[in-house]
Amino acid sequence: MNWWQRLLRRKTMEDQLEKEVRFHLEQHASELIAGGIDPREARRRARLTLGGAEKVKEECRDARGTRWLEDFWQDFRYALRMVRQHPSFSAVAILTLALGVGASTVMFTVVNGVLLRPLPYPQPDTLVAVHGHTSTWNARAFGEQNLAYPDFLDCQRESHSLILAGSFFNGGTVSGSGDPEYVDLQEISYNLFSVLRVNVAQGRSFLLEEDHSGAAPVMILSYSFWQRHFAGRPEALGATVTLDEKLYTVVGITPAGFRVRDSEPDVMTPLGQETAKFLQSRGPHPIGVVARLRPGATLAEAQSELDLIGRHLAEQYKDTNADRSLIVQPLRPNVGDIGSTLWLLLGAVGLVLLIACTNVASLLLARTVSRERELAMRVALGAGRGRLVRQCLTESAVLGLSGGALGVGLAALGFKPFVALWPGSLPRVEEIQLDWRVLLFALTVALLSGFLFGLAPALRAPVRELEQVLRGGGRSIAGSSRRLHSSFVVSELALAVVLLVSAGMLGHTLLHLSTLDPGVNVRNVLVSRMALSPSTLANTNRIRPAWQDVLERARRVPGVKAVATADTFPMREGFNEVGYWPTPDVPEANKRPNALATSVSPEYLKVMGIPLRRGRFFTEQDRLGSELVVVIDEVLAQKAFGGQDPIGKQLWMPDMDYGPFAVVGVVGHVRHWGLAGDDQAQVRAQFYYPFAQLPDRFLKRWSELMSIAVRTEVAPLSEVESLRRELRGVSGDQVLYGVHTMEQLADDSLALQRFLLLLFGIFAGLALVLACIGIYGVLAYLTGQRVPEIGIRIALGASPNGVMWMVLRQSLGMIFAGVVIGTAAALMAARVMFRLVEGMQPTQPSTFGVTIPVLIVAALLASFLPARRASRVDPVIALRQE
Amino acid sequence: MQAKSDLPQGTLDLLILKVVALGPVHGYAIAQRLEQVSRHVVQVPQGSLYPALHRLENRGLLAADWKETETGREAKFYRLTAKGRAQLETEAASWERLTEAVALILKLSGGGAE
Repeated sequence: MNWWQRLLRRKTMEDQLEKEVRFHLEQHASELIAGGIDPREARRRARLTLGGAEKVKEECRDARGTRWLEDFWQDFRYALRMVRQHPSFSAVAILTLALGVGASTVMFTVVNGVLLRPLPYPQPDTLVAVHGHTSTWNARAFGEQNLAYPDFLDCQRESHSLILAGSFFNGGTVSGSGDPEYVDLQEISYNLFSVLRVNVAQGRSFLLEEDHSGAAPVMILSYSFWQRHFAGRPEALGATVTLDEKLYTVVGITPAGFRVRDSEPDVMTPLGQETAKFLQSRGPHPIGVVARLRPGATLAEAQSELDLIGRHLAEQYKDTNADRSLIVQPLRPNVGDIGSTLWLLLGAVGLVLLIACTNVASLLLARTVSRERELAMRVALGAGRGRLVRQCLTESAVLGLSGGALGVGLAALGFKPFVALWPGSLPRVEEIQLDWRVLLFALTVALLSGFLFGLAPALRAPVRELEQVLRGGGRSIAGSSRRLHSSFVVSELALAVVLLVSAGMLGHTLLHLSTLDPGVNVRNVLVSRMALSPSTLANTNRIRPAWQDVLERARRVPGVKAVATADTFPMREGFNEVGYWPTPDVPEANKRPNALATSVSPEYLKVMGIPLRRGRFFTEQDRLGSELVVVIDEVLAQKAFGGQDPIGKQLWMPDMDYGPFAVVGVVGHVRHWGLAGDDQAQVRAQFYYPFAQLPDRFLKRWSELMSIAVRTEVAPLSEVESLRRELRGVSGDQVLYGVHTMEQLADDSLALQRFLLLLFGIFAGLALVLACIGIYGVLAYLTGQRVPEIGIRIALGASPNGVMWMVLRQSLGMIFAGVVIGTAAALMAARVMFRLVEGMQPTQPSTFGVTIPVLIVAALLASFLPARRASRVDPVIALRQE
Repeated sequence: MQAKSDLPQGTLDLLILKVVALGPVHGYAIAQRLEQVSRHVVQVPQGSLYPALHRLENRGLLAADWKETETGREAKFYRLTAKGRAQLETEAASWERLTEAVALILKLSGGGAE
């Protein structure tokens, strides 16, 4: 029999045990009777020899080895009875816990999905990423460096420990039937799918012979593109799709949600067919590389192998590869800096959970004290201390688990709305779901909190002075219990202070940030990406006139005041960092200061409403062949030229590959990194240069990622359709995509702070309510215990006010201790928030001055009721209770 | 009359295994057999017999069936499992080695005690 069989058949086992012992006794007795002894005497002797049937049975039960389980089962059923007998107590405890566990589980579900879950490919632990590295590369600002295509091919050929696959992020215009659409394109190695061990859902992946220039153009569609354009029809395989005026034959369709390097492309083509010139050079580094470790190979082996390859390349191609090494890292999802926010929220939710636990602990403790007689009775009947502790813990574990189960239910309902509320897009949002990790987390949290709030009452189980307890009727309250109660209240208040002050600091920060001047006039500005017709892009001579045409057409739309082209926009809509130097003796790349470069057309300043401080902005006369000019912002003027007048000075910028440039104007600083982020950003200096002066060789690349900005006289979004119509172009395949208003963008740049404030506000409110319930419950309980004492005081002449003051003094002591401890903890929490939240303002006394009185008033209100009740104690009734 | 000796620690299990090895037998009979065979020298505390039986059953050294006795009553009969037989052999062997060694030592230093 297994232990669980034994457990389940406990009744049978007991019967058999009883039967076995009885058989022994009767057998012994009947033998004695046969020997001539009186039957009664015989039975007595048999019992004596055996030494007590009950004791033997108890020892046999112990020998089964399932004793603890049987005890547990007994305790468990007892705990369930207790829950049923005290429905209101249990409901309060379970609901409090369910809220705490539910909220933590929601947060953990998000943390788990975004940060903890492995990549959605088979055997993710043998997948690695290959990056380039140079000592001047700023991986924090730009992310990891990709590889040059020829370098990638060399690695692919020479590595024995890795199977490498590359991908190149691109875009293009799909035309044909219906509106032209700008799509995300990934050009991939033929073996990308096999390296990731993902099968295409339909058709096939690319073949080796298709991964070369000149091969027949083939395409793999993403599941969502297939649904959009072919309504999921199987005829899509073998059909043709026009991408940038080239016909591709569809050979495969990806599974739904398939992602390459954290993005979901619309269509994929073979990387080897790309003919762009910059792909053949070792200078630019556009290829993202994933690789699969070959069976038996380790990461360290792969790294030393690529070290060697990197050194060979550096010797062979000194111009481009000197100082460049290759790095192999386990492949991880790129989630940006979202982690700190998530952990911060998980921590805050953890505090709420702690308060909930403390609350339940003090409730439970109050009940334990009133159950002292029952427990003392158990000790008197032979229960050991360990046994009592176990019983109490089982009870709290039952409460904890019920609360936990309810909490998981709440979390299952709650995490989707929560994710939907998240401002902007949460990375890996498709991975956020309840899985075994989340359930394990919830179970652990529920059990831990069960033990946490059950431990103090359990350890208080009486073992000494039994007689006193039994006789005294459990009315007198021991000092240790009062101290324990007070410490619960103090810690609840302290935790509430931390959350309140944090919320206050976030509120202060948000107030401060939203009064900041973004540097641009965000009202009535529309910004949108714009793709020229693919046939225009193919011919450099037609690009300049095409943009000129776009600007003129847009200006003709009624309601449009001004229009400009720009390659990046404020509020983080793209950035280009360029090193500059005010003299011709430019130092090497990593010693040059950087500035943000924006290529614009002349009306940009008017569209954005950026103030001109000195000199002039660009005009139509700044064109190819005229003097190369730039306009700098105040920050760059200060950094590059100090107090001197920058007009007429020159800037050398080797990264631009042409120049030097003459400074013709100074404009106001724009908060490029958003309202919150700009002050702490590493690169704040900015300059603008005319798109019209861009050399022909850059024209195509720049035009592929160009945007237009439009200042309107009416609500900007109402102009989108007429702009779209007007800008479609002669061949009808010019597309506007990614449309925003500047107002939205500025607003979004504070969305995270606003969201954090909302959540911390909710948490702080919850904490405040829970702490008030806690302080009310404890005071009501403590004064309830003191009714006879208060009765005597009143009988001896104490005034009701005096009694009330006595109770309030007790609560004031707890509040004071809670505020002092909480303030110290809040100061520490503030430091954490300052590091984790962008734009966070340093702690200010006023924040404490606003939040802490709220807490004190709420806590005093909560203590007022029990205090008033104490002051109205009727001494006659109180003394009769005695 | 010779004083009855207490059972050395841990030997009760060995004795029970040995008795049960002779054939299926119920608890009372085991107690009887132990006392008879040891000619009343070994005092088997009956109170600890049943816990020992249950422990051995729990460890899988003994198995039990409910059968009728000669007198027609139902009783729990214990029998040795294969695992129990192996255990009996190793324990009996080690017991013999131990007693031989103890006897040898007693002989060497003989004389002092008498």
